[in-house]
Amino acid sequence: MFESLTEKFTGVFRRLSGRGRISEDNVHDAMREVRQALLEADVHYQVAREFCDKVTAKALGTDVIQSLHPGQLMVKIVQDELTELMGPVDARIYYVTPGPTIVMMTGLQGSGKTTTCAKLAQLMLTEGKKPLMVACDLQRPAAVDQLTVLGGQLDVAVFRIEGETNPVKVARQSLRAARDDDCDVIIIDTAGRLHIDEEMMKQAEDIASAVQPHQIYLVCDSMTGQDAVNSAKEFNERLELDGVILTKFDSDARGGAALSVKAVTGKPIKFIGVSEKLDGLEAFHPDRMAGRILGMGDVVSLVEKAQAHFDEEQAVKLQEKMAKGAFTLTDFLDQMRKMQKMGPMKDLLKLMPGMSGQMDAMQMDGDELKRMEAVILSMTPAEREDPTVLEASRRRRIARGSGAEPQDVSGLVKQFTQASHMMKQMAGLGGRDRMKFAQQMAQMGAGGNVRYKVKQRSKRLTKKERAKRKKGRR
Amino acid sequence: MAILKRLLSGLARTREKFVGSLRSLLAGRQLDAALLDDLEEILIQADFGVAATMRICDDLQAAHRDKRIARGEDVIEFLKAELVTYWPESDRSVHFADSPPTVVMMTGINGTGKTTSVAKLAYRFKQEGRKVCLAAADTYRAAAVQQLTIWADRIGVDIVTGGGNDAASVVFDACDAAIARKADVLIVDTAGRMHTQDNLMRELTKVRDVAAKKIPGAPHEVLLVLDATTGQNAIDQARAFAKAIDVSGIFLAKLDGTAKGGIVVAIRHEVDLPVKFVGLGETYEDVEPFDPDSFVEALFA
Repeated sequence: MFESLTEKFTGVFRRLSGRGRISEDNVHDAMREVRQALLEADVHYQVAREFCDKVTAKALGTDVIQSLHPGQLMVKIVQDELTELMGPVDARIYYVTPGPTIVMMTGLQGSGKTTTCAKLAQLMLTEGKKPLMVACDLQRPAAVDQLTVLGGQLDVAVFRIEGETNPVKVARQSLRAARDDDCDVIIIDTAGRLHIDEEMMKQAEDIASAVQPHQIYLVCDSMTGQDAVNSAKEFNERLELDGVILTKFDSDARGGAALSVKAVTGKPIKFIGVSEKLDGLEAFHPDRMAGRILGMGDVVSLVEKAQAHFDEEQAVKLQEKMAKGAFTLTDFLDQMRKMQKMGPMKDLLKLMPGMSGQMDAMQMDGDELKRMEAVILSMTPAEREDPTVLEASRRRRIARGSGAEPQDVSGLVKQFTQASHMMKQMAGLGGRDRMKFAQQMAQMGAGGNVRYKVKQRSKRLTKKERAKRKKGRR
Repeated sequence: MAILKRLLSGLARTREKFVGSLRSLLAGRQLDAALLDDLEEILIQADFGVAATMRICDDLQAAHRDKRIARGEDVIEFLKAELVTYWPESDRSVHFADSPPTVVMMTGINGTGKTTSVAKLAYRFKQEGRKVCLAAADTYRAAAVQQLTIWADRIGVDIVTGGGNDAASVVFDACDAAIARKADVLIVDTAGRMHTQDNLMRELTKVRDVAAKKIPGAPHEVLLVLDATTGQNAIDQARAFAKAIDVSGIFLAKLDGTAKGGIVVAIRHEVDLPVKFVGLGETYEDVEPFDPDSFVEALFA
């Protein structure tokens, strides 16, 4: 994959820094890296080019060359510009009074309109509104059923007309149903359509003019490539969009489509869809997105995720424990469980700067954590507090209890001791240094294979090695 | 907003460029840096990705140096020839089992068009005179089973649904049914899953293993359904699915938009997967075998 832009920039500037002055050429070199990063993140070709031209001009104007850390300054300019281009974001839903507020969803096939309708309805429920979902996708077989099932899961009413083939009619009649039912919001699900399909685009226009929606959202797959601009532009011209919802954001897509769509339509990205579950709709954050497009990780989201699952008081206590070296296996288990609650390890690591490229090397999957958990749970409380008491017979017992091998138990204890030692060091550092330390550790993990292995089998030693080892023990 | 305006006019220019047929743009030109720049733009905009674009441009330059091509017109022929070598004919055909039923598994992330593609293949195989049976193993998405059932009715093929059971057991039953009804082809529709979700990917492996246990050599084809509008992330998708279940080819869906589906070239370089079919519309008749020649033509259309 792709190292962080900062490193690339530093490289570009370092190459020439020995030769006296850094020149305009260096800035251009750096911008070539930016352009490549943008293109690899699926930012549209023209958008990337315009963006780079603008940043180059700005960089040359702000004396990047004279600054002490041209690499860092360049990154900052690039990131700021990206953020500005994608923002500002207003992730509120506007409700009209008197209601009902009419929201229409539109987009290409398979972008996730129906699921997003339900997610939006769920969000409105939490805001104390009473939504009505309207099944106007009469194209795809069983799309109406899908919306009905989702409505049932949310306990939200779904308006459908059996056997009707004209979505305009369904949309129009839903207004009355909403009034009769005292609904605050109407969410209209429409059929997926190609932006070049004249007949279908006309149909969308007809639905819009029949019900006069207050908000029209384009649902856009965050994995879309260069073609995103073509469709977004057309939808915007025909329907005058109010905002964009980016879906399937839980993939590892870098989401350059977001930037392109915003640049071309000028319409804000309001929400991102992050899971198959119906509460998976979040507000869009341009600054985080900028980091993601540039392959620089998303620390803010990581911290937020962590905050949602760790309570602060506990964290402080834990840190004190770590600093004193009094971190026990019980704490370790507790931490592990909380981490698991935050989501798959891989997703979390992806958010760390500089780690996105190292995913394969760090195959920390849920199963491994579960095996670790089993081992710890087979220990007595006393053993968890002080693992040094574990001699061979205790290890055998624990291994039997957890379905592991005795050497797995010692492996875990060894890893734990190492980890708590590192934590002790880390707890003593300030925030910035700690980040650095974590990154170093991560790199060690990827290269040096420090990662925890339950199934670590000792390799067969040669005679010489065995002799050496014996000597060492004495 | 000045930048936005410039941007829009820039985009308009690009469009004109495309509409104004690139063939004529290439005609009569020397293969120089400017032409390569233009070509790079076309390829990038077709989602070839930076790496594959660079490689193709390098190949072109090399061919130019060796005097194999000289003029702009030759570029299209060169690309055609190159892409045909990427996907030899043998690679693009469906591998049918020696003794039926042949099991074809359809996989992919959410919303790429798996269910519709299943219908298209079912129709195509039926047209070829084969007896087709479908397995509705997308037990996750709401109403996915209904969707496939409607398709099965329209096309007139058998379908096995699990009545709320898990995917593996649907496939287990479907294999039995396919054998009992002497079907030639069993097409398995699976639930869309993000390639980043290890547990869901493992479930897919399990589904495959069930089929393999019931029918020797199954699945004979595992097709990854890719949305032609997908960008560079498709490489990650292909890699993850290939790793989890040995994908044998790509079904490139939704190629009827303005998307060029160039991502399959990038994938060919990274994961080496042949494209076997392309989907071109919403009805079950809209399916074609992949043809590199027309693929290249479409790039310049």
